[in-house]
Amino acid sequence: MLKFPRATILTLALLIATMMVVALATSAPANAGKLGLGTKATSKQIKAWDIDVRPDGQGLPNGHGSVADGERIFLVKCALCHGEFGEGSGRWPVLAGGADSLDSENPVKTVGSYWPYLSTAFDYIHRAMPFGDAQSLKPNETYAILAYLLNMNDIVEDDFVLSKKNFTSVKMPNADGFIDDPRPDARNIKKRKPCMKNCKKNVKITKRARIVDVTPDKEKNDATSPKID
Amino acid sequence: MRRSVEWLTATRESSINFTPLHALDGIITPNGLCFERHHSGVAEVNPLDHRLMINGLVDKPLIFSMEDLYRFPRENRIYFLECAANSGMEWRGAQLNGAQFTHGMIHCVQYTGVPLKYILQEAGIKTNAKWIMPEGGDAAGMNRSVPMAKALDDCLLAFKMNGEALRPEQGYPLRLVVPGWEGNMWVKWLRRIEVGDKPWHTREETSKYTDLMENGKSRRFTWVMDCKSVITSPSPQAPLNHKKGHTLLTGIAWSGRGRVSRVDVTIDGGKNWHAAKVDPLSLPMAMHRFYYEFEWDGKPLLLQSRAIDETGYIQPTKDELRAVRGTNSIYHNNGIQTWHVRANGEVENVEIS
Repeated sequence: MLKFPRATILTLALLIATMMVVALATSAPANAGKLGLGTKATSKQIKAWDIDVRPDGQGLPNGHGSVADGERIFLVKCALCHGEFGEGSGRWPVLAGGADSLDSENPVKTVGSYWPYLSTAFDYIHRAMPFGDAQSLKPNETYAILAYLLNMNDIVEDDFVLSKKNFTSVKMPNADGFIDDPRPDARNIKKRKPCMKNCKKNVKITKRARIVDVTPDKEKNDATSPKID
Repeated sequence: MRRSVEWLTATRESSINFTPLHALDGIITPNGLCFERHHSGVAEVNPLDHRLMINGLVDKPLIFSMEDLYRFPRENRIYFLECAANSGMEWRGAQLNGAQFTHGMIHCVQYTGVPLKYILQEAGIKTNAKWIMPEGGDAAGMNRSVPMAKALDDCLLAFKMNGEALRPEQGYPLRLVVPGWEGNMWVKWLRRIEVGDKPWHTREETSKYTDLMENGKSRRFTWVMDCKSVITSPSPQAPLNHKKGHTLLTGIAWSGRGRVSRVDVTIDGGKNWHAAKVDPLSLPMAMHRFYYEFEWDGKPLLLQSRAIDETGYIQPTKDELRAVRGTNSIYHNNGIQTWHVRANGEVENVEIS
């Protein structure tokens, strides 16, 4: 039964409609702060680029490879730079050896002696190697090369087969060799104010660059020159 | 002209070069003089084809074109970028005779870009997301792990440096900016950011960019660049050409933890220190320029600079650093640099007692 005058009903309807429009425009909290830019990535697109592998095994593709297979592939695709036994050729990195050398004066850091996780090697080899032909290795090939690398570093036996299934069970020798950044360190915390006057009695020169003489304005190709990897 | 140092790296495709610090002034490094290194040559990327993907622990995985990125809110920031291996060759002694080589893996430019937080917000990060993994689109596909707190704090997706497009060797068309943290994390030719709940322990944060201590243990996730300074002139490549008299000394100082609040200079090997004049343009995590004037009596000098940042951290000597870290840590050598000035004006890189 209509109790109100027509005008009031119209006004009310208009008011409700306005409120609804206003409500629609300002609601949808799920899109708060979003600008509506970019396009949704399809699972196909993601699969094509999502190549990373984590220490807990996330990202590992299906596959497997034996030490023997790995040796065959390594000799063809890797040995030219890394040496047949991962000993490094010329300036290319050494991959095997260096066990128990980390606290010596000349530590040798290799996949076996230094890298904490095997997943790092899978991730890196697949994304960046061989140098000049990155991301060309199939999953089985990467597993095989890794198995050979482990064997070269005396971590697995000759008959070992590496696969997605047993991957996370492989523990690297230096897995416990890392601590989180404790800095700041080495600062002069004893003295709030650093010395300004008469701070030392005598000063003498203890080292000089001229004697070492490896500055890049000369032609040099010395194995003992400092280098960056 | 960009020259490669043949013996410094295995090949040219993974080479490095050095900013000519001795020849510069102010705090802005001209684009063509910025040092850089790469791991698979300088990628040539067509900006029309380039895409940035955000995937992983997000509500909606997204792909952005450069045009999309240009429509986000934009900021301009002046930041230094220093390689963690800067001065790395100097751990064992005074080796390279020039500030360009001892300290030249650093530059400072104005970046224009989108704060990363807007991009992550667009995709919607899930509550258990704690890390991001930026990944490059070059042949090396270089990847690192960055904690979410830093990603949301001040990281930028930069597409311009000093007003113009990024140089190809600096990551054209897109690079990540991680203020105050080691240069390797500032991924170039950025193609993807994955969002996750754990770090990836990539090659560049395990095999490399970890600091081996004397006891055989290594520090990891050593991200921040400690406060550091160096006198750029006089230096071996900038000898003194006058016999004696009024002399101006200049250098740069920086800190990954904020502003540099003070720089002290000594000309007698640390017997006496003097406060240098630091240019008033002082920005957090940017280069600072300092000057010191003195009357040179023409006799040999031993020059050093020592910077202090706003956290109170004082730049240590190389001996103080070595006492804590040994000599095999490769990275994060921010020790005080000594130049020996001879009576004839020549300058040499030395270490002193």
